[in-house]
Amino acid sequence: MSFINYSSREINCKLVYYGPGLGGKTTNLQYIYEKTNPQARGKMISLATETERTLFFDFLPLSLGTIRGFKVRFHLYTVPGQVFYDASRKLILKGADGVAFVADSQEERMEANIESMENMYQHLQEHGYDPYKIPLVIQYNKRDLPNAAPVEELRKLLNPRGLQDFEAVAIRGEGVFDTLKALAKLVLQELKSGK
Amino acid sequence: MGAPGLVMYEEEFNQISAVLEKLVRDANARMVFLVDKNGQLIAAAGETENLDTTSLASLTAGNIAATGGLAKLLGEKEFSILFHEGEKDNLHINLIGQRVILVVIFDDRSTLGLVRLRVKKASEELGQIFDRLMKKAEAEATGVEASPFAEITDEDIENLFRE
Repeated sequence: MSFINYSSREINCKLVYYGPGLGGKTTNLQYIYEKTNPQARGKMISLATETERTLFFDFLPLSLGTIRGFKVRFHLYTVPGQVFYDASRKLILKGADGVAFVADSQEERMEANIESMENMYQHLQEHGYDPYKIPLVIQYNKRDLPNAAPVEELRKLLNPRGLQDFEAVAIRGEGVFDTLKALAKLVLQELKSGK
Repeated sequence: MGAPGLVMYEEEFNQISAVLEKLVRDANARMVFLVDKNGQLIAAAGETENLDTTSLASLTAGNIAATGGLAKLLGEKEFSILFHEGEKDNLHINLIGQRVILVVIFDDRSTLGLVRLRVKKASEELGQIFDRLMKKAEAEATGVEASPFAEITDEDIENLFRE
């Protein structure tokens, strides 16, 4: 949930990257970290296993600039995608102002994508969110792979509501910033309309 | 969306800062932080210049979230106090109400007993400030004071992302 500090004139929001294991959530953050001006970002924290699978979360603070005299900061988090880290995923999702769902485009990961999305909706509901109102964008990652399912198929299964969605190759940065900007805008618009 | 956001006003921020600064002195601590349960740093006092306070806030909240999960598994409501002992520095973390986390970093210039004693008093004072803050935020939300979002236009949001 957002934090508005009138004293230091800051608006802070939490964005969470969700999705199945090895889908590209951490890769999204790593790319954002590498390509963002060091003045505009903090240190990236990754709590991961020895084999670099996210264990608890990745965290990246970004400063996007000012709006009406208020510094706008986004805290980006990823959840661990592997199925058995469900308890941790639920904890990290708490307090999110917006979510980017990173789907793995590979045909054989379709079921994992669907399960992850259902899992996300369930956790959001358990946290008291209306999962159909929280700012949400969808990224279809790994578009470069030969076994990538057609976008229309992914859209039909994962985005029946017609939310903003983006094709991506996160490892090359394609679609990464488009996804982030779209989500950030949705969050700010939601804050604007909700307050 | 979920629960409404946290709002901090200048008056309460100054009061909170005063409590934290007093705690640093009374507990002989190196530094003291107040962190929102979602990982946002609210206020800090003491020798904070060389510390990545943003990371500290996020990791502390993650720590509390994880141990909160453990507590529930064990049938406890929460573990409201955590203590991590280091070779040089120690970390005392406690929950205030259900919303904020107080972090005290101290070395051998202080003791755990002294820190716990001073933290208890500071926690009561901070709890009262946050109660007033919640009530004030609710009142302001229905009052006439404009939030920073009221004036924001779509163009303002677009400009934020212009390279």
